[in-house]
Amino acid sequence: MAPVLELQNVSKSFGSVEALAEVDFEVRAGEVMALVGDNGAGKSTLVKSIAGIHPFDSGEILFDGEPVTIHGPKDAARLGIEVVYQDLALCDNLDVVQNMYLGRELHDVLRRLREAVMELRTAETLRTLSVTTIRSTRQTVATLSGGQRQSVAVARAVMWNSRVVLLDEPTAALGVAQTRQVLELVKRLREQKLAVVLISHNLHDIFEVADRITVLRLGRNVGVFERNVVTQQDIVSAITAGVPTEVAGVASAEPA
Amino acid sequence: MSTAAPGEVQAAAEERETVFGAARAYLERLKAGDVGSLPVIVGMLVIVLYFTSQSSNFFTAVNFENVIVQMAGTTMIAIGVVFVLLIGEIDLSIGYVSGMAGVTVAYFQMPGSSHQFSGPYAIALAIGVGALIGLVQGSFVALVGVPSFVVTLAGLFVWQGVIIRWIGDRGVIGIQDNLVNDTANYYLSKNAGWIAAAVTCTGFALVSVVGVISRKRAKLPVGSIAVVAIRVAFITAIGIAAVWIANRDRGVPFPGLLIVGMLVVWTFVARRTTFGRHVYAVGGNAEAARRSGINVRFIRICVFMISGAMAAVGGVVLAARLSSVDLNAGGGTILLEAIAAAVIGGTSLFGGRGRVVAALLGALVIATIANGLSLIGAAAATQYITTGLILLAAVVLDTLSRRRLEASGR
Repeated sequence: MAPVLELQNVSKSFGSVEALAEVDFEVRAGEVMALVGDNGAGKSTLVKSIAGIHPFDSGEILFDGEPVTIHGPKDAARLGIEVVYQDLALCDNLDVVQNMYLGRELHDVLRRLREAVMELRTAETLRTLSVTTIRSTRQTVATLSGGQRQSVAVARAVMWNSRVVLLDEPTAALGVAQTRQVLELVKRLREQKLAVVLISHNLHDIFEVADRITVLRLGRNVGVFERNVVTQQDIVSAITAGVPTEVAGVASAEPA
Repeated sequence: MSTAAPGEVQAAAEERETVFGAARAYLERLKAGDVGSLPVIVGMLVIVLYFTSQSSNFFTAVNFENVIVQMAGTTMIAIGVVFVLLIGEIDLSIGYVSGMAGVTVAYFQMPGSSHQFSGPYAIALAIGVGALIGLVQGSFVALVGVPSFVVTLAGLFVWQGVIIRWIGDRGVIGIQDNLVNDTANYYLSKNAGWIAAAVTCTGFALVSVVGVISRKRAKLPVGSIAVVAIRVAFITAIGIAAVWIANRDRGVPFPGLLIVGMLVVWTFVARRTTFGRHVYAVGGNAEAARRSGINVRFIRICVFMISGAMAAVGGVVLAARLSSVDLNAGGGTILLEAIAAAVIGGTSLFGGRGRVVAALLGALVIATIANGLSLIGAAAATQYITTGLILLAAVVLDTLSRRRLEASGR
């Protein structure tokens, strides 16, 4: 199966700091690709560049096998790439519906908001994702718990017929029960044939939901591992020591 | 973690449809710190009762009209302040921007000069000047990243200087254009007053009914119809009472109509359009807004332009009230009163929370206090101290309610 999103040799520098150096990365439809690495490995930079927040300096981006350019968040959104950031990027003073449609409000020719339609579709999206813990879509996001906020952020990401969803540390600030909810949500995204990129420090979570694991170290791609054939110990040593791509029992980083 | 089955959600929605349920929901909101306009309304009642008991001239038709005319300028300027506060910024230049507009309108109507325009053009020029100043100051804030406090503080000095230069040795410019002067001094005929009230109240009722129907049609929870009816009845009663009282004297002053018109237009912009939604988003979480593809810089610049333009509208009304502008145009307490009005009315200084109507409520409180104190012969000092204390109380309330909202996870 061809990857939905494929990055070839992408690099990104901030001044003299090379955050990403010739990194290859890919994710397929209906798969959860975990992206791991120590602090400063370049995970967040990779995500932000894919999202168009600060574009890559060089390298190719292929979407459905076609070369594309991403210069801003709108380009990424147009391709169907959505990001759920670690800090969620929700507006506390707005309600669930308003947050779901933030920046993409439905409006008529007079630019009047079409509140009823937005409210209905929000409820529908939450229902398809089996998010049942939110009592009213008209309560402000500030009233929601961490897990509920994460659910809103994820639901917002998938509402736009998106193809690729990037989740940045979705469980970092959550308790046990809420982490479980979010991981279930990730599995449902996979069932819906989305390409999911999961960034996390928590190897336990990753081994529960991921299909493959990409390890970054100091801005370079150390390797891509099939979850079924590696142990958590292998991943830890790849993260900390960095291992060559050709390690026994490891699928190579070459395009499949 | 609350888990609500679909049945419970339904029950909660149905509960809100009874008056009792709606009242209980409102009490819950109050307890959680979401006080809305309640403190202002209670405060207004106290103020009105106090001055009525102190002066026989207070609760009269003439004085009612006076208060409307006195508060009109402040209300216009404060509407712009509400928008600026909504995005979490501040505009300290509005006083002298209003002065700039006053000088502009006076300068461009000067009879017999080479730069005489008819009233509407002079007013349009004045508002244009205000918007242009907003564009420049907003660009420094949004594009260069200079804190709005400093940019507009600089503006405060610059525009004060420009006003003094512009008026120069003349010392004062009289306004003779009738249309310009009418913005503060025209009184509607009795019938025109009633028509204005009828149009406003019917419009409000229609919008409310259409809102309920469209939600019903979409099978969304409607809330209590009784509450909607009470709200419509309340607004209608205020409209009828206002026209009735005003018609016992000269009639409804034009500035009153201007206040209502601006309130409707800007409330629509803030609550019903994508632009307004983005303003709230920028105030709530600018980074989230940016990542959602909202052009945060554009929104910031637009808001400063609104602030400048509304300050200019206020400046025209203030100049028209005196039929002249002098070297003090835009000075004195105008700036502080406008900002105080927005805050007293319930606009949060922390951004993202507040409504346009806050400008009206706050300006009403300030103008009523000033009016009442002067009627009972209190010194200006008393007026400043009272207004200052009320402002402090409003900000304390805002801060407490914000802490409470956070504590209750709202």
